[in-house]
Amino acid sequence: MSAVTRIQIGVLAAACLFVELLCRSGAISPLTMPPPSAIVVDLGAILQSKDMLGQIARTLADVAAAFVLAVIAGFLLGAGLAALPRLRAVIEPILASYYAIPVFVFYPVFVVLFGLNHYPRIAIGFLLAVVTMIINTLNGFDRVPPVLLKSARVMRLGRVATVRHVILPFAALYISTGLKLAVAYAFIGVIAAEFILSGDGMGYEIAYAFNNFENGVMYPLILVLLVVATTVNMGLYAWERRFLARQTAHRDTS
Amino acid sequence: MTSPGARRPVLDGFVLVAVLAVLWQLLHLAVGDLALTSPWRTVVAAAALLQSPDVWPHLAETGIALLQAYAIAVAVGLPVGLLLGAHRLSGDVAEPMLAALYAIPKITLYPVILLIFGIGMPAKIAFGAIHGAVPIVLFSLNAVRTLDPIYLRTARVLRLRPLAVARTILVPAAVPEIFTGLRVGFALTLVGTLMGEMFGAQRGLGYLLMQAMGVHNMQTILSLTLILVAFAVTVSVVLLRVDRRLHRHRAVQTITT
Repeated sequence: MSAVTRIQIGVLAAACLFVELLCRSGAISPLTMPPPSAIVVDLGAILQSKDMLGQIARTLADVAAAFVLAVIAGFLLGAGLAALPRLRAVIEPILASYYAIPVFVFYPVFVVLFGLNHYPRIAIGFLLAVVTMIINTLNGFDRVPPVLLKSARVMRLGRVATVRHVILPFAALYISTGLKLAVAYAFIGVIAAEFILSGDGMGYEIAYAFNNFENGVMYPLILVLLVVATTVNMGLYAWERRFLARQTAHRDTS
Repeated sequence: MTSPGARRPVLDGFVLVAVLAVLWQLLHLAVGDLALTSPWRTVVAAAALLQSPDVWPHLAETGIALLQAYAIAVAVGLPVGLLLGAHRLSGDVAEPMLAALYAIPKITLYPVILLIFGIGMPAKIAFGAIHGAVPIVLFSLNAVRTLDPIYLRTARVLRLRPLAVARTILVPAAVPEIFTGLRVGFALTLVGTLMGEMFGAQRGLGYLLMQAMGVHNMQTILSLTLILVAFAVTVSVVLLRVDRRLHRHRAVQTITT
């Protein structure tokens, strides 16, 4: 374990301990937040309930669906736009200011279109995640040095072969940034939609517990969400680091 | 980035708006009036909304919350980012943690914020500021860190004091990246503030939206959305233009030096 990781764990542990002390001493009222140790105990109870596990699984399935659709569509659209610079110039302002638009205001439209089921939530998660994927795919394609593309042309590679053998290996790093953000946005979209209007899922359960002052349910659920989102993200981060190290090693030897 | 359309941005803008309006109209025809109001009626309703005296207090409320949240995000995010960027170890420790914070769905934390601040102005300001501060920290951290080390070595040779280093070297060299952070931070502050208004407020645009959703008043939802989108896009296009100029300026510099 590196020194940096040790410090990080130390900082987190100290923060938990600090909050625990504040809660136990009464500086933070239990109505605002139960002590972290109590949250972990409550979490154990929640993970035993079949109903809650079902809700968690449903939400995660929606997030996964939104993520996969967004990654596929975002990559294809990004690659398409990279090939059509004129269209791209027209669309660029949308891409650039997209995340200033609160996309979830369109949620009611989807509810009317699809009915009150999982599809509107997946749609919101997809809409949030797909644009970051497009942007990062474009970014990756942009960073490919022209000389590599020229060599591809000299070797008469077809379009698909050029993408597969030249562009993708080079752009993978930027695309992985897109993957990380797409995971985050898929989570945000699905959970926000569940918050606004739905009858099940973790976002709904959190909102429900909040409205009923059930801190013993709300905080453990929030913890689950944070842990899952962070774990997925850290996994991608570690993979990216390893990839980056390998790529620079390649470049140094060549 | 050299795009062939760069010389005709105004024309492109018109084409884009026209195409979007046509798509909207087609979708409207396909799904009916109840699900999607037509673009023309939405524009008319938005204009009427902006003229009604009932809406202005809500707009003002959101505007004030947004400005305060952004001011806090910048005032906290910028110094923290610069410090973390300048100090290698703290930066290494903090960056992945901040990136994780950036990636978690912060909406799940909103109930916690409501419990701490209560329903009202402070809660939405806090929520907006949290959204905005993280990207500002991350971008300014990276701006300082990716600085050419030769600048800092020069500073050491010239025996500049830390404050002078910050003023004459760190800030000018890092400004383009920092500005990108400020731009992204602004967009996220807006989203955060609106989310805050949607789930725990009695005033503001987000509250109006939530109310319209509750009674399923599509026309109001869409006209509010239109006003919001127009505002968000205008601000971000202006910021983006400044951003591009700063980066271009820097690119030329690195080529000439």
